Amino acid sequence: MNWLIAIIQTALFVALAPLLMGFLKFCKCLLQNRSAPSFLQPYRELLKLTRKQPVISEDASWLFCVAPYLIFTAMILAASVVPFIAIDLPTSAEADVIVLVGFFAFARFFLALAGLDIGTAFGGMGSSREMTISSLAEPAMLMAVFTLTMTASTTNLSGAIEHVLQEGLILRPSFVFALFALILVAIAETGRIPVDNPTTHLELTMIHEAMVLEYSGRHLALIEWASALKLMLYGVLISNIFFPWGIAESFTLSALGYGLLSILGKLIFLCIFLALAETAVAKMRLFRVQEYLGFAYLLGVLGMLSHIILESTR
Amino acid sequence: MILFLAYSAVIFSFASGGIALVHLFKPEVNKQWVFLLLGLSGFAAIFAGVGGLITSQIYLDTLNLGLPWLPWHIHFDSLSALFYLIIGIAVFSISFYAPHYTYVTQKDPQSFAVLSLFTGLFIGGMLLVLMADDAFMFMIAWELMSVASYFLVAFDHENAANRRAAFLYLLMAEVGALFIILAFGVMASFASDFTFDALRASHLSTMWMSVAFILALIGFGMKAGLVPIHVWLPEAHPVAPSHISALMSGVMLKVAIYGLIRFCFDLLPEVHWEWGVVLMVIGTLSAVSGILYAMMQQNLKRLLAYSSVENIGIIVMVLGLSMIFLANNYPELAALGLLAALLHSFNHALFKNLLFLGAGIIHHQTHELNIDMLGGLIKRMPKTSFLFLIGCMSISSLPLFNGFVSEWLAFQTALRVDVLDNGVLRSLIPVSAAALALTAALAAACFVKVFGLIFLGVPRSRHAEKAKEITDKSMLAAPAMLAGLCFFFGIFPSSILHLIDNVAKQLIGSNLPAQSVLSFFSIAPVSAQQASYSPPLILIGALMAAGICFWILHRKLKTSVRIAPTWDCGFGGLTPRMQYTSSAFTMPLRRIFSPAFLIEETIEKTMRSNTQTNVAQVRYSLHIQDHSWIHLYQPVEHSVNRVAKQVGRIQTGNIRTYLGYSLATLILLLWVVS
Repeated sequence: MNWLIAIIQTALFVALAPLLMGFLKFCKCLLQNRSAPSFLQPYRELLKLTRKQPVISEDASWLFCVAPYLIFTAMILAASVVPFIAIDLPTSAEADVIVLVGFFAFARFFLALAGLDIGTAFGGMGSSREMTISSLAEPAMLMAVFTLTMTASTTNLSGAIEHVLQEGLILRPSFVFALFALILVAIAETGRIPVDNPTTHLELTMIHEAMVLEYSGRHLALIEWASALKLMLYGVLISNIFFPWGIAESFTLSALGYGLLSILGKLIFLCIFLALAETAVAKMRLFRVQEYLGFAYLLGVLGMLSHIILESTR
Repeated sequence: MILFLAYSAVIFSFASGGIALVHLFKPEVNKQWVFLLLGLSGFAAIFAGVGGLITSQIYLDTLNLGLPWLPWHIHFDSLSALFYLIIGIAVFSISFYAPHYTYVTQKDPQSFAVLSLFTGLFIGGMLLVLMADDAFMFMIAWELMSVASYFLVAFDHENAANRRAAFLYLLMAEVGALFIILAFGVMASFASDFTFDALRASHLSTMWMSVAFILALIGFGMKAGLVPIHVWLPEAHPVAPSHISALMSGVMLKVAIYGLIRFCFDLLPEVHWEWGVVLMVIGTLSAVSGILYAMMQQNLKRLLAYSSVENIGIIVMVLGLSMIFLANNYPELAALGLLAALLHSFNHALFKNLLFLGAGIIHHQTHELNIDMLGGLIKRMPKTSFLFLIGCMSISSLPLFNGFVSEWLAFQTALRVDVLDNGVLRSLIPVSAAALALTAALAAACFVKVFGLIFLGVPRSRHAEKAKEITDKSMLAAPAMLAGLCFFFGIFPSSILHLIDNVAKQLIGSNLPAQSVLSFFSIAPVSAQQASYSPPLILIGALMAAGICFWILHRKLKTSVRIAPTWDCGFGGLTPRMQYTSSAFTMPLRRIFSPAFLIEETIEKTMRSNTQTNVAQVRYSLHIQDHSWIHLYQPVEHSVNRVAKQVGRIQTGNIRTYLGYSLATLILLLWVVS
């Protein structure tokens, strides 16, 4: 039974990810005085892509065709680990937050390799930049996550959320720092403004788009879906770790329904925040990103230190 | 029985060297015996190792070798057994790899004999180090290992650069050995004897203990390649034949780690947390700078050698954590740290051997080790590329592969810092954990570069274009076996963790915490509530998810794939030179971490006619150097030279002066005697 709920939750997570992307685009269009497409537009695009015949370069190897499946699978696994509408599901014991970061690394590894596979300058450029940014973002992310896991003395996400729920609403300085660090990392890792612009195809600024430039058809659909999943994963991670209230602690129908509604509410709020931020901020130069991520890391360290100095009982 | 296997591993490896020598004088002796004996040696070492780990007993023996009043004391416990297993796997795999490799690379029968003789001595020396129970035998075996490997590094001695690297290696090995002797000497001066039992019982003051620790750290660290005394390593490892590089990088460095563990956790009567901090800081420094330098290399084997510096750094860092916990009376957490460090040693031996053997195959098939001259090998060498990919994924510590498990355990150890009281430690350890995260991410970037530039894309040279898959099955079998083990221990880490847990029990007298779970399906090093990782379930989930999405997308078979030329932005004429190169790929990181390197970058532009806009030719050169080379080695080298010159002044070359020296010495001695 619990496994069934876990599988349904994962399926729901995967199914809802494009909707989040659609809603984000909707918000941005409204903010930028453009007429907005329907929320369902990403689904239509994915459907269109799966129906199209993929075109593959002569120079591509098997890795190029396999990579989208691996990337998508890694993201599904990540989605199964993150508590979405309920905690204490059996899948969350499979892997903890460090493994979650590992899943992201797995997906990124193959995305970067796929970028190098064709042998064009664009692909290499994207891979090089992506690996650079992620190697700076990963320590910042783990620093923020460690602050949380040390407070809860578990790296298991479900256990950590349970701990936060039990503690009730306390203003912890370490959590505030960690929250901001994680938001900055999430923006960098999901390729949003100001680090990368998902709508651009300008060679000077492309990161994610440069790597996937050669993809088409169902392969592209998988990669697009995977990046939507990544955005949603970070969104759920941030909202459920720092504001877990509403998440289902028991597996009754009402609790689960309430859990779903609450997480959707939180995600809508985060989307509006992200759309506002993306409208207000301009993209920064590539070599400013290390300062940005250095700042995120600093916030993470501050969070850790404030936990050790201020909050620890010893 | 176990001890018999352990002895026979040593004897087989010596015999393998001996047969090679016999073959030189009597060519009718079949030289396949050399490799057969090498394989048997590896096989015996694996069995001795596994047996020793399962029974987890201490086997003692005394051999009447050497000087009459100084017999060799043998001590074979779980720690020795684990490192026996590591060496055994490596030796077993190269016994498949070496026949073809040496057949092709050998120039004359003499070089074959030299290579095989010293390989045998080298392996035997490493195995003897692990069994030593007195300082004499330890040093004899250690020197055997160092000197034999010098001849292997100097194998291609026609090249002047190789001779220089080999000399540097010998110098550093001997200086390191000197420090180890001093460390033993400090301990022995408080003990009755040179046996390890006597050293364990010695009563040292804390100051002398710290002196012994620092000497041992320098001595073993020099061999292990810790920053800043690592400079010999990226010079020496790449110039040896590939399977020897694999042994040196994958295994010999582990013997140095063994020495460090034996000295710190076993011989020294107690440990202090300050030493743990020293180990942790040096380890973190080695890890981060090792991978940063690795990233900048263009020669594949040099890159792999630098990556060994990184991995040794991770191991030493976790050992430091373990020591901190042990000194603070948390033996269970110390056991966890030791487990992580030992597992990483084991894993690193597997994947580093795999990668070096893969590099050997690439070199063999393309005669090229420069990453910027390769490319597109995945189509030409599909099997090698697949095995190499597994190695890259393991070393980048991606989930489902073995490298991830040890890194995960290292993080779990670091995150238990909450139990400590000391504020400095509590803030220092998480920072070094974050450095570990940086290392892991940079390693992934580095090996994306390695795999992407060597195997993917379009060939960058004729050699790469003409490359073919290797035809010799046994040469492919060795990396295939290692790749299989990398995957197996990534999915079922508990199988080896159970065995390593015995080592911790024997060494520091404590197992993992009582609530820990090491089952077939999942591992939870502290307790199931705190953290768990179950790779088999993840693998099942991944197969299910991938299967479903593959099925959904492929129900309609009409959407087959269309193959078309690469899009060239409408300009036409894509050439391989337009691809990203090694230095292009790492440029952002080079710029961000520029203080970590000494970079000389020059761009010369030749203008066409007298306009300032038409560039006719651009010449770009990039030279990256290690800080420690300039700031540590060269000053030492210069001062040694200067002192030598001063000392040289007493040699006038005039016989009367020398007679005067003799007379003065005689008078001095007479005065001393009277």
